[in-house]
Amino acid sequence: MASGVAIHLRSAVALLGSFPALAGADLDVATGEVVLLRGANGAGKTTLLRVCAGLVGVVSGEVEVLGQDLVRDRRAVRRRVGLLGHASGLYDDLSVSDNVRFAVRAAGGDAAGIPSALARLGLDGRLARTPVTRLSTGQQRRTALAILAARSPELWLLDEPHAGLDAEGRDLLDGLVREAAARGATVVLASHELDRATALAHRSIAVAGGVVLPPTGTGAVDSGDGHAGVTQPGAPPVASAPAPGEAAHVA
Amino acid sequence: MWRDAVLVAGKDLRIEARSRVATNQVLPFAFLVLILFAFALDTDQRALTRAAAGLYWVAVLFSTLLAIQRSAAIESADGARDQLRLSGLDPAGVFLGKVAAVAVQLVALEVLLGAGVVVLYNASIRGVGLVVLTCAAATVGLAAAGTMYGALAAGLKVRETLLPLLLLPVAAPVLLAATKAWQAALDGVPADGAPWLRLLATFAVIYLTLGVLLFGSLLEES
Repeated sequence: MASGVAIHLRSAVALLGSFPALAGADLDVATGEVVLLRGANGAGKTTLLRVCAGLVGVVSGEVEVLGQDLVRDRRAVRRRVGLLGHASGLYDDLSVSDNVRFAVRAAGGDAAGIPSALARLGLDGRLARTPVTRLSTGQQRRTALAILAARSPELWLLDEPHAGLDAEGRDLLDGLVREAAARGATVVLASHELDRATALAHRSIAVAGGVVLPPTGTGAVDSGDGHAGVTQPGAPPVASAPAPGEAAHVA
Repeated sequence: MWRDAVLVAGKDLRIEARSRVATNQVLPFAFLVLILFAFALDTDQRALTRAAAGLYWVAVLFSTLLAIQRSAAIESADGARDQLRLSGLDPAGVFLGKVAAVAVQLVALEVLLGAGVVVLYNASIRGVGLVVLTCAAATVGLAAAGTMYGALAAGLKVRETLLPLLLLPVAAPVLLAATKAWQAALDGVPADGAPWLRLLATFAVIYLTLGVLLFGSLLEES
């Protein structure tokens, strides 16, 4: 795998039970890139993200993430990856700040960034002491985002990140993604919110039937049904990743 | 590993302190079991006193099932298990942390149930040292075996009903040995309890070792 490549998948096959959720996916994402995965429900976007996080193993093919061979050791990369999935991943009975503190400390992160992350997401003050079970869905989503912000992983994997957030929360999320990319982090997001997600991404990739579709080269963004692979005009090719700091200007 | 264990144990105990499942559900359940036994055998107080050790450990065993189910459920809710795996915590540390949290709750339960046995069953504890050591070894063994089987059952849809089927047969030696050791302590002949105490210690060491070695695989596969 070439240096500067954050994600490298070749003919990756992943099974959910006996169903091939990934059926020979090929994907290369450069370090510092922001990539949008598009596709219909059940196309394999979530499984692709979970494979990249090392949560789902592949039965054949190659998977290298942040220089680690995940076929050999799925756990190797986890501490460097942040995944925002459909579920919040939070402990209902713990407060917002307890959840963030545990997640950051568990990942070996620096707890010094927790107060600013909570404040950034509007979770400081009384909300920080509130048990997660009493929060709205949007506030729980913000808490999960605060964990990502405080951890500042090298690879952000975001599955429908805008879902459940209000307009302000969506703006905050977009700002966090841009800042992460500006710091040199790689971001892969799966979203049906094409307007927002396309504005964030350097390029867009279509997923259908468990495979990554080849780009059509039309330069247009489709409706998200997974029938076209599109590269954003002016986006960096995979082989030449944007230098840290450049990415923020792309979106 | 030890740092991770402390982190996980602290998290689980903090969750317990906030949710109060052990104090509001597990403890009343355990006392209910003791009281029901007392109702069943009340006509023969001597039989109740004679069976005190066994009834005590049956109540502890049933309560352990609830504590283990709760411990496993904490990680099953809302994708928490995925985040735990993503955190990169040492699986052995996660195992030891969860065992420690369950053990702390069981020790508190055993102290209160012990008082209940003395009051309800008219039992008198003569060998306090043996009782304490028996409780310590049995608690670690039950918590370790329960945490392993809790993780094994966690990924299954029928986990609530499967866990007792998996754990109760495995815990049978603990029930037997702890009862015998306690009986020796109640009878005032602690020396008779020594072999049973060794069995409990062996059981605890075996399951602690198995858990440290295998918990990572259980966490991945469940």
